[in-house]
Amino acid sequence: MGNDDLGTLRRFARRRPIRRTNVTVLVLAAAAPFAPVDQEYLFEARQMQALSFAVHIPLVCFGIAFPAFVLFMEGLWLRTGDPVYRTIAKRWSKVMLALFAVGVVTGTILSFELGLLWPSFMATFGEVFGLGFTLEGFSFFVEAIFIAIYVYGWDRLSPRAHFATGVPVAIAGFTGSLMVISVNAWMNNPSGFALEGGRVTDVEPLAALFGNDYLWHELVHMYLAAYIVAGFLTAGVYAWAWLRGRRGRYERVALVVPLTVAAVASPVQIVVGDWAAREVAREQPVKLAALEGLHETEEGAPVHLLGWYDGEEVRYGIELPQLLSLLASHDPGARVEGLEEVPADERPPVNVVRVAFQTMVGIGFALAAISLVYLVVWLRRRRLPRSRWFYRALVAAGPLSVVALVAGWVTTEVGRQPWVVYGHMRTEEAVTGADGIPVGYASLVLVYAGLLIAVAWILRRLARAPVEVAAGPRGVAPLLSGGTRPDERELPE
Amino acid sequence: MTLAEAPLVLMLIGLTAYAVLGGADFGAAFWQLGGRSRARRDHAYEAMGPVWEANHVWLVFVLTVCWTAYPEAFASIFSTLTIPLFVAGLGIVLRGTAYAVHAGTAREIERRSVDAVFSLSSILTPFALGAAIGGIASGRVPVGNAEGDLLTSWVNPTSFAVGVVAVVTGAYLAAVYLAGDAARAGRDDLVAAFRMRALAAGAVAGATALTGLVVVSLDAERLRDGLFGPPALLAVIGSGVAGLGTLELVRRRRFEAARYLASAAVAAIVVGWALAQRPELLPGLTVEEAAAGRPTLLATVVGVALGALVVVPSLVLLFGLVLRGRFDREAARTGMERRSIAATSRPRPLLGAALLALAVGLPLTVLPAGGPVQAVGVVALLAFVALGSVALGSAAARADAG
Repeated sequence: MGNDDLGTLRRFARRRPIRRTNVTVLVLAAAAPFAPVDQEYLFEARQMQALSFAVHIPLVCFGIAFPAFVLFMEGLWLRTGDPVYRTIAKRWSKVMLALFAVGVVTGTILSFELGLLWPSFMATFGEVFGLGFTLEGFSFFVEAIFIAIYVYGWDRLSPRAHFATGVPVAIAGFTGSLMVISVNAWMNNPSGFALEGGRVTDVEPLAALFGNDYLWHELVHMYLAAYIVAGFLTAGVYAWAWLRGRRGRYERVALVVPLTVAAVASPVQIVVGDWAAREVAREQPVKLAALEGLHETEEGAPVHLLGWYDGEEVRYGIELPQLLSLLASHDPGARVEGLEEVPADERPPVNVVRVAFQTMVGIGFALAAISLVYLVVWLRRRRLPRSRWFYRALVAAGPLSVVALVAGWVTTEVGRQPWVVYGHMRTEEAVTGADGIPVGYASLVLVYAGLLIAVAWILRRLARAPVEVAAGPRGVAPLLSGGTRPDERELPE
Repeated sequence: MTLAEAPLVLMLIGLTAYAVLGGADFGAAFWQLGGRSRARRDHAYEAMGPVWEANHVWLVFVLTVCWTAYPEAFASIFSTLTIPLFVAGLGIVLRGTAYAVHAGTAREIERRSVDAVFSLSSILTPFALGAAIGGIASGRVPVGNAEGDLLTSWVNPTSFAVGVVAVVTGAYLAAVYLAGDAARAGRDDLVAAFRMRALAAGAVAGATALTGLVVVSLDAERLRDGLFGPPALLAVIGSGVAGLGTLELVRRRRFEAARYLASAAVAAIVVGWALAQRPELLPGLTVEEAAAGRPTLLATVVGVALGALVVVPSLVLLFGLVLRGRFDREAARTGMERRSIAATSRPRPLLGAALLALAVGLPLTVLPAGGPVQAVGVVALLAFVALGSVALGSAAARADAG
């Protein structure tokens, strides 16, 4: 099954020669109950959806990666008996539970919004991709059940059983993201159905979701991103403590584990990103053209750093010749399709996509650089870097990684515009006919502002609780392992 | 039951579970409203702490099955009932946030304000969801993109009745469960408090349900005809009998039995509604017409069955631990030393494996464009990340020990 054939077919299908006139819309409205409507506030609806994602996705990163960090710490405790690991694992698991709770409810809002904001999308295509979310629901169940057993099971289950109850949480984090991303990959590269008169036929839900080449690079890219974001944010907290003079063993261990994970993952992410770019070049050439602001189809197309796309070319950018061709097909002379290949109303907002893409890539390289500094120092000297600048960089790396994460999603989702289902349904055809979107948007902004304040508050509270590096339940462990020296039991206050 | 109806049955099971379990979580928060007794409020939080997230997932389950199996019905419902459903969504956010924040409250004033948000959102959410269900049940949601009236679809007698019933039922269930939990923990003061509340709430819930029936009969003709027809009527009567039975069990302090009978009473209401409305999902849209194509329905049913193989034993484990009191405050045990393993560190072989994975993964990911070879490369890269993190992370954490 040639992917190129499919791609060509889709590109033909995409070029619909006749724009609908008002008359045909009326006729369609009589025939199909989910014909396009006039929605004055389409932009606000998109903003509302984007806001909901931007709040939810960083929390998802903690849902995916944090259980692994906690288990790692508990595993170290099981192996060595050093109580500092258990203390960290236990404290982190409380943060994990609080963030999971917020992730649960912000994820629920997203599923509501699919129906509230995009009913025509759901009505038309729900039967093609909906299964992905149904299956995701089971991951969500497993996560919710075992995260509760794990966090409430401290001191109540045997250490091994307790560790084992955490494992399903980490696995469900992976399967959950697999399912959700299968839907997103389908929106970007839809298949597994035919359209007849605005209704889908010949639906093959499994092929649509899991037989899609586009799924794998999105999944791996996001999965690594989750570890990078959670790793740098967590390490950043203890880098901050380091700068403030709290450099006990507790802080050092809590810094070094998430940092190591993020540092190993960040350079790999660049390779995965390169793979993703090639997939985009093959399946969504218009998106690739928008990433660069390439107007005309070219052989040996360049990349411009910074600059601004003025509708015809990139101005004031630093030109790196042939780089786009090299990235797109690993051939400096390769032909790259420009934006001119499709009508103007089928191009995404180029500058949004460009800026988001360059932000993501720029931050990604910076994170990889910090990572390499850490890895090289550690491998050569077996210690952490000593420069204050390294710790300052780590403090910045956390928030920056979130910016890169969101910028990456902006790149892929705004780059998908004007389509909600690439090549088949435009976003404006998906939107609700209901009034009041601005009111909903404003209320969501208010509630989410409150939510962010509340989350910041609870994290501070949890962080300020005195660190008690007590032994495990029996008080024997430190004697066995040498454990914590009293002078290192600094209480953060 | 046809294949087209199978997902609907799954949704009704999910809805019942959500009403019985999630409803009780809302109800537990109801009892915190204005409660002056700190012990009572703590008891309610502790009882729902380990389970509310899992209970909440039932709602997500119902939604996802609905939009997969009956996409047009889902879209019609959400676009017309946009206001109550959005309010319910915001209520869920406020509630979850309040729950997360609750763990960090220290001073009484903080505790009180968090409790207030928690309780109010826990009343608002089931009311809004109930109002939405009332709109569907009374035939006020036509097929189409926001085709129904955005206001009267949920501001109407049936919606109001169902909303109130949802809140009161939750409060009743919660009181029964909390009395049972208190009895297990041997807290006689709490048992007395929640037993009294359960009896009162049970009486109110019964009265509200009966009033609701009258309201529905006056307001929604089709639903009335269905409800007073043979199969649905049986369910309605069954619910009433189960409700009365629960009251008697609570009176006799047999809380565990009451827990299950109360759930049966709620389940009977859901079943009764479904039977009354059969075969239509929305006005002019039968279940058969609304259903997705055969492959999707099959995949959904099989997928749910496979998922249940994992989730049902997990739920049994969770509720078994909770109901046996293993998570109670008193259950924390101190006799759990671990066998100390001599710190055998093996970073070197792990690191070697990681580097090997990198050496394989890097070229195989970068060079080919797609295909199985690249897949191997990507898997090798992921293996590098996992092995490298474990090897370096544990070495770095331990190196620091000395």
